[in-house]
Amino acid sequence: MKEWNNFKEGIWCNEIDVKNFIDLNYTYYDLDESFLSAPTNKTKEVWNKCTELLKEELKLGVLDIDVDNVSGINSFEAGYIDKDNEVIVGLQTDKPLKRMVNPFGGIRMVYNSLEAYNYKLNENIDKYFSNFRKTHNEGVFDAYTDEMKLARKVGLLTGLPDAYGRGRIIGDYRRIALYGIDYLIEEKIKDKTKIVEMNEDGIKLREEVSMQIKALDEMKKMALKYGYDISKPASNAKEAIQWLYFGYLSAVKENNGAAMSLGRVDSFIDIYIKRDLDNGLLTEEEAQELIDQFIIKLRLVRHLRTPEYDTLFTGDPTWVTCSIGGMGENNPLVTKTSYRILHTLTNLDTSPEPNMTVLWSDKLPINFKKYCAKMSILTDAIQYENDELMRPIHGTDYAIACCVSAMTVGKQMQYFGARCNLAKALLYSINGGIDEMKNLKVLEVEKMEDEILDYEKVKKSYFKVLEHVAKLYSDTMNIIHYMHDKYAYEAGQMALHDTYVERLMAYGVAGLSVATDSLSAIKYAKVKPVRNEEGITIDFIIDGDYPKYGNDDDRVDSIAKEILEKFYSELSKHKPIRNAIPTLSVLTITSNVVYGEKTGATPDGRKAHVAFAPGANPMHGRDENGAIASLNSVAKLDYQKCCRDGISNTFTVIPNALGKDLENQKNNLVSLLDGYFTKKAHHINVNVLNREMLIDAMNNPDKYPLLTIRVSGYAVRFNRLTKTQQQEVIDRTFHEKL
Amino acid sequence: MKNYSASIDSIESFSTKDGPGVRTVIFFNGCKLRCLFCHNPETWTRKEDNTKVKELYEKIIKFKPYFGDKGGVTFSGGEPLLHSEFIIELSKLLKKDNINIALDTAGVGNSNYLELLEYIDLVILDIKDYREDGYKKMTGLDMEKFKEFLNLIQKLNKKIWIRQVIVPGINDNKEYILGLKQYIKNIKNIENIELLPYHTMAIDKYKKLNIDYILKDTKDMDINKCLELEKILKED
Repeated sequence: MKEWNNFKEGIWCNEIDVKNFIDLNYTYYDLDESFLSAPTNKTKEVWNKCTELLKEELKLGVLDIDVDNVSGINSFEAGYIDKDNEVIVGLQTDKPLKRMVNPFGGIRMVYNSLEAYNYKLNENIDKYFSNFRKTHNEGVFDAYTDEMKLARKVGLLTGLPDAYGRGRIIGDYRRIALYGIDYLIEEKIKDKTKIVEMNEDGIKLREEVSMQIKALDEMKKMALKYGYDISKPASNAKEAIQWLYFGYLSAVKENNGAAMSLGRVDSFIDIYIKRDLDNGLLTEEEAQELIDQFIIKLRLVRHLRTPEYDTLFTGDPTWVTCSIGGMGENNPLVTKTSYRILHTLTNLDTSPEPNMTVLWSDKLPINFKKYCAKMSILTDAIQYENDELMRPIHGTDYAIACCVSAMTVGKQMQYFGARCNLAKALLYSINGGIDEMKNLKVLEVEKMEDEILDYEKVKKSYFKVLEHVAKLYSDTMNIIHYMHDKYAYEAGQMALHDTYVERLMAYGVAGLSVATDSLSAIKYAKVKPVRNEEGITIDFIIDGDYPKYGNDDDRVDSIAKEILEKFYSELSKHKPIRNAIPTLSVLTITSNVVYGEKTGATPDGRKAHVAFAPGANPMHGRDENGAIASLNSVAKLDYQKCCRDGISNTFTVIPNALGKDLENQKNNLVSLLDGYFTKKAHHINVNVLNREMLIDAMNNPDKYPLLTIRVSGYAVRFNRLTKTQQQEVIDRTFHEKL
Repeated sequence: MKNYSASIDSIESFSTKDGPGVRTVIFFNGCKLRCLFCHNPETWTRKEDNTKVKELYEKIIKFKPYFGDKGGVTFSGGEPLLHSEFIIELSKLLKKDNINIALDTAGVGNSNYLELLEYIDLVILDIKDYREDGYKKMTGLDMEKFKEFLNLIQKLNKKIWIRQVIVPGINDNKEYILGLKQYIKNIKNIENIELLPYHTMAIDKYKKLNIDYILKDTKDMDINKCLELEKILKED
């Protein structure tokens, strides 16, 4: 095939195997960043237009909404930003930043969002969806039990994807570039004819594969509107990026999942760029232009959200997570394109999206490590995840969805499970299952009348509560994902997976450090509950000191481990639908503020409504022995055996504490990352900034339009956080030894 | 192995200021000097011993992966030289793990530093004042002990980082810096020289400890001026 000229042949030529193609054809790069190019004039033109539109959008909340069409791969006319200067094309709708209506997850969410921005849905769509088309949300609520609705209402289970798209699925968009749509359709047809057993699973799969085939066909038609025929493989770098992007674009036209991640494309794209460079068909400037313009497109992805959704996940995040680097079978998967992608943070300015995620290994080349450290110090836009932990589980061709969720590209998908509030569950174990804020009986457990809380007694009761919650949580997940598969199936994304895909049931927890410190306080100090007339705790008086999570102290860190192990082992006792494998994450995104808001005073001394620490972070200011001790506490949480959906840690250090000049800061950050990941930690967000600057940015937002910070698994423009969230970020521990 | 114990004020697991690379700093209690600018008055008196060698070693070893090629441990205080035996025993263990050790000192301890210095890769030496009278005014003690220590580390060819706190109205002038420059010229193996701007952040500590703060009318040292002085000190 002429599109494959100069490529080393292998298994990938006879079956869909992108990993094999990469392994055989990529070129490892271990030198520094000096080869990189500045943005071209075309790129500058396009990006300037976008910058104006983004400013306008920030003012209005949303720039525009298409109320006359329903989301879908081929539902919109072609759209451009600046046609003459765009080298990579394709928008979600016919105009940049114009949002789609996606009612498949739930029509109520659409009404609420439109109302918030004073738009009105096209009457026909309104009528059709209300009268004839059942949504995912309706399906879920048809099946929910009263107990599930209650757990949701009180905030024991929160952020559940029962009214919008679940996301966190990564299509293998590279397949389109390497094979072309026609071949992918042929393979799907072959797969379908082999499904002959007409039991429930077989019938369901036949229906799904048929939908996948239709979706592939839609992609082809959509691309044609832009003047490209993607039925055949891409024949050069520009086409490879364009084909791949059409695949991703289809995903975000079809779905409005919380996290719509890109996958791992650096070494794949690099193969095409290198071939063109070697053949004199492309210059480095043009190569960078392709990457810059591809990234511009990813920065423009938008979904229509309600204001309530925005308070949970602030700043319009889309989690276009882009996984970079990591180790291959023999050498690091670091290529010049790994640099080119990170270089967009320089060429275009720093930005929360795409969510730059470096897969870290101590074996990565030192030049690349230092470049990443430099970009972190200058932009605060990068998160790091431990390739040495994930590679043994997922192989070398995995990618991160959302913040921390690893999956093998094209072979695994995830049922996103939001999270359970561990701190609230602990209060239930003390208050006899009655919600401390809403005064409602949520579950059955004995109420504690003790003057001073007894550790063994509380722990026993807590574990009993966790057993009960695990069952409730698992049942709830099964309903949500059964209905999502049925009413909002991601045909386009699943078409870019193997037909027999492995599913992960991704449970999550919030409030780990609060629950841990609470148990530690009960164990090592004297904790006296203050109760209201109904006997529900409203505060706790702590007599004495106690070891706190975040100081590398095994006495308390072991409690955190024990809570997670208990909860995960309980969750694992319940069988998810479609043989999904249970996994667990310790991650909150920005919702740690809302979870805190909804949770009463806790035995660690935290008052009612006070924000939790994000993800697996120690509570603010309680990590008193410096950064390394704090990192070590988090590193103890077990990824391999317990939290395979990820353990998020957000780390903030002031520039001066990291070193006296950029060169020292780079070296020291590399040492920190190497150390942290050698300790088997999973994830870290790195912020290098001053508290004073954030306070200034809070008071003078106009002075810092681009200020980007990593919050919990994603980056966000500081100005788009709510005041409460900004304050919470400022209150966090800044490692700032002078 | 003898399991000595020492009085330790605190441990900072992550520092990039006290020697090369990423370091863990151990702050010992006890110091004979009473420097006017001291910002750690809580470490002046040696309190009851609270830490055993083995225990501290186990803590530090958990931080080792973060040290990289250059980093390691820095003994500081207070005056670490007042804990020689403890540090010797601890250093023996740390050296088995190939950990770089720095000593942040004013050079005023109980003599007998010879064995201790065997384990020390870098001495961060605090010059309080290079002049006899200035030294006495600044620290309350004569310069003899300091000189003795400096001679010893010179004889042993130890690598040295020089530190000098710059206090407004006391030594923030060109004349002092030129004198210091001359003084330092005679010291060999200097790898780094730092001027540290005096700051007033310790005032509250003094209040809490009920110690009279002599420099109460002195303002923070201007950082840029301090950098200028450092430039003069370093230029050829």
